[in-house]
Amino acid sequence: MSGERKNYAILSKRRLADNVCEFKIYAPLVARHCKAGQFLILRASKDGERVPFTICDYSREEGSICVLVQEVGYTTVMMSRLCEGDALEDVVGPLGNPTDLSRFENICLVGGGIGSAVIYPQAKQLFADGKAADIIVGARTKSLLMYKDEFMACAKGAYFVTDDGSNGDRGTVVDMLSRLIEQGKEYDCVFAVGPLGMMKAVSEFTKAYGIPTVVSMNSLMVDGTGMCGCCRLTVGGKIKYACVDGPEFDGHAVDFDEAIKRSRMYKEQEAEHLCRLRGEK
Amino acid sequence: MNGSRHLMPARDPAERIKNFEEVALGYTRDIAREEAARCLNCKNAPCMKGCPVGVRIPEFIAKVKADDLDAAAEILHADNNLPAICGRVCPQEKQCEGLCVRAKAGGAIAIGALERFVADFALSKKADASGAAQNSYKIKNDAQNDANVDFSGKKIKVAAIGSGPASLSCAADLARRGVQVTVYEALHKAGGVLVYGIPEFRLPKDIVFKEIEGLKALGVNMVTNVVVGKTLFIDELLEEYDAVFIGSGAGLPMFLGVEGENLCGVYSANEYLTRVNLMGAYKEGAVTPVLRGGKVVVVGAGNVAMDSARTARRLGAEVRLVYRRSRAEMPAREEEILHAEEEGVIFDLLVNPVKILGDENGFVRGLKLIKMRLGEPDASGRRSPVPIEDSEYDIEADEVIVALGTTPNPLIKNSMPSLEVGRKGVISVDGEGRTSIPRLYAGGDAATGAATVILAMGAGKRAAKAILEDLKVR
Ligand SMILES: Cc1cc2nc3c(=O)[nH]c(=O)nc-3n(C[C@H](O)[C@H](O)[C@H](O)COP(=O)(O)OP(=O)(O)OC[C@H]3O[C@@H](n4cnc5c(N)ncnc54)[C@H](O)[C@@H]3O)c2cc1C
Ligand code: FES
Repeated sequence: MSGERKNYAILSKRRLADNVCEFKIYAPLVARHCKAGQFLILRASKDGERVPFTICDYSREEGSICVLVQEVGYTTVMMSRLCEGDALEDVVGPLGNPTDLSRFENICLVGGGIGSAVIYPQAKQLFADGKAADIIVGARTKSLLMYKDEFMACAKGAYFVTDDGSNGDRGTVVDMLSRLIEQGKEYDCVFAVGPLGMMKAVSEFTKAYGIPTVVSMNSLMVDGTGMCGCCRLTVGGKIKYACVDGPEFDGHAVDFDEAIKRSRMYKEQEAEHLCRLRGEK
Repeated sequence: MNGSRHLMPARDPAERIKNFEEVALGYTRDIAREEAARCLNCKNAPCMKGCPVGVRIPEFIAKVKADDLDAAAEILHADNNLPAICGRVCPQEKQCEGLCVRAKAGGAIAIGALERFVADFALSKKADASGAAQNSYKIKNDAQNDANVDFSGKKIKVAAIGSGPASLSCAADLARRGVQVTVYEALHKAGGVLVYGIPEFRLPKDIVFKEIEGLKALGVNMVTNVVVGKTLFIDELLEEYDAVFIGSGAGLPMFLGVEGENLCGVYSANEYLTRVNLMGAYKEGAVTPVLRGGKVVVVGAGNVAMDSARTARRLGAEVRLVYRRSRAEMPAREEEILHAEEEGVIFDLLVNPVKILGDENGFVRGLKLIKMRLGEPDASGRRSPVPIEDSEYDIEADEVIVALGTTPNPLIKNSMPSLEVGRKGVISVDGEGRTSIPRLYAGGDAATGAATVILAMGAGKRAAKAILEDLKVR
C-alpha cells in the first residue's frame, strides 16, 4: 500500500454469515488505546446517523479496528454496500468501559446473533490468561452462526445451538446453559451478549441459580459521551447511561422490559428509512 | 439623534414556524446608521462595563454612524473574536444594553443588533476575498498583551479540548501570536453548543462554520472525533504540547427525577436539539429520527427551553412550556421569550411536573402537574417556588423535553483524578484559568457551569493570555 492511508478507510470486508459482515477499518486513534468490551460510534456517510458498534478486534501496529455489522437498519444496510477501499465518514472511540472479568475463574460466555462480536475478544483474552471459558453461541439458523472456528480454537468447551436445529442442538442458549449446569458444570460468572430478549432470558435463568451475570447493553445512542441521555436505562432502580456507565451491567439488576420498550422508540421511522433505501436500488 | 430604538426586522411568525430559516433578519445599512446616530457617545461609556470582554462600544458605534464599517469592524474584532455570533445570542438586555442611559429615552441603543450588522458586513466581505474572517482584524495592541512578542519562531504548541466558544477564542488569540494550536473535539463537527445546541433559526450554522474556517486559515488544526479521556488522555497531551486548555463545556443534562422519565418520548433538551441541529433531523429525508408533531411539553424556561419549544413548533407540534416560577423569573433572553410567544408557544407558569404518564407500549401519554406559588427569596435572590397541596392535575402530552440545565461532563476528571474540581464537577481555576495542574488551563462552561457564549469567550481569551505569559517565563 502506498502513501498515507485515508482515515476511516475500509481495509477489508469479510462476510461471516448471512447478513453479517466484518469490517476492518483504519482508525489509528481508536486502535491506540482501545480494550476489549469498548465500542465506537460511526457515521457511514455525510448526513448519516451516529451508530454504535462493539470493537471486536484491533491491531495497534496496523492502526486498525474490526466491527461486525448486521444488516438490520438504514446505516447497516448502507454499510453492507461499501467495499474495501471506500471510507466511512466518521469514527470515534473507544467509548464505554472495557470488560473486566478478572475477578472470575469459571466463566461461561453466551453469545446470541451479533453478540458474538462482543464475546469473541473476551474468549480470546480468557484463553490467553489461561482461563479458557465455556462458550455457548446461538443463532436462528446455521447460516447465521459466526466465528465457529475461532471459538473452537479458544474455548474450553464450545456449544452451538440453532432455533431450527440446522447446526448443533435445536434450542436456545438458555436450554444449552441449563443442560450444562445439570451436567454439573459450575460457573462463577455468565457473560451474556445478544438481543435484549435473549439477555433477559439468560439473566432470569441465572438469577434462580445465583450465578453473577454480566450483560452488554446495546441502547440507542447519539453522542456516546454522556451528553444526551438517549442511552439511559434503569439498573437497580437507578438511571444509568449505557455509553459512559456501561455498556456492561449486572444482568440481574437491569430493567429489561423498559430497555426493550425504549429500543422500539423509532421503529416506524426506521422501517420507513429502510424502505426508502431499498427502494432506491 | 432622537427617536426610539429601531426594531430588529423579523420574519412573520405564521410563516417562520414552517421552516428553520433565521428569524431575526438584521438591520439594513440605513437602519444601522440611524440607530447608531441615537448613541450619545457617553464619555464614561456605562455600556462597556456590562460587556464581559470590554468591547469599545461607543467607538465602534461612532464608526457605524460615520458609515466607516471597516473601521467599526476593526474595533469590534479587537476585543471580540466571534461578534457575528455574540450579536445574535448574547443576553444584551442584561449586559451592555441594560446599562445604556437611553433606556428611558426611547429605549437602549440596540448594541447587539449593531454588533451583528458590523460583524456580518465583515464576514461577507471576507467571504468575497479569502473566505477567512478571522485573519483581517488584529487583536488589541496593548502593552499588557505584549503583542510584539511573536511566538512563531519558537514552535510553541498548545492543545485545546472541545471546540465551543471558549476553545475557539483561546485558539484564535494564540494562533494570532504564532502559537501552533490543535483543537480536539469529541463530536464530528466543530463549534460546541453553537452547532449542536442553538438552532439554525437563531444562529445559522453557516456563520459558525465561517468563523471556524477563519481559524483554520490562521493555522489552527481542527481534529474532530477525539474524546479526551477516552481516545487520548490529558497526560499524553501535556507530554506533546507546551500547554493544554480545557474548554469542554457543561454537556451533562439534568433530569427531573420523577417517575416515568425513561418513557419513550421523553428527551433531554440536549438530545432533542442535537438530533435536530447537529444531525439535521428536521430536514426532509434525514436519517436520524426524532419524534415530531402531536403535543409537546417543555420543562424549564431558559434559552435551552425556548430553543426546544420553538424547534418543536417548527416540527409541527402544539407546544406548552411549563415552569415552576413566574414570567419575571424566566432566565431566557427577552427576545427568545417574545419570539416563542409570537410563535404560539403556550406558557404554563407556576406549575411543576410530579410524574410522567405512559401508555402500555411505554410511550408518553401525559404529565401530572402540581401548582406552585412563590415563597420567600432563596439564596440566589429569586423567590423560591412552593407546591400548593392537593392541586395536582393531568395534561396530555406525546413528547416531553426536559430543559433544566446541564453540568460539566466527568469524563475528563475521571481520566485525570488529580485535577481539582468543585461543586457539580466544575473545574477549579484561578482568575486567569490556571487549574491545579501546571500547564493545564480551563475556561468556559467547564469551569463555571452552564453560562453564556460571551463568558466562555472571555475565559478563553484570559487563558490565552495566561498561557502566553507563563510560557514566556519558562
Ligand atoms: C440550546 C442552548 C441555547 C443557548 N443559548 C444561549 C444564548 O442565547 N446566549 C448565550 O450567551 N448562551 C447560550 N447558551 C449557553 C452557551 O452556548 C454556552 O455557555 C457556551 O457555548 C459555552 O461554551 P464552551 O466553549 O465553554 O463550551 P461548549 O460550547 O459546550 O463546547 C464544548 C465542546 O467540547 C466538547 N467536549 C466535551 N467533552 C470533551 C472531551 N472529553 N473531549 C473532546 N471534546 C469534548 C463538546 O462536544 C463541545 O463541542 C445556550 C446553550 C444551549 C445548550
Ligand atoms: S449516547 Fe448520549 S448520553 Fe449516552
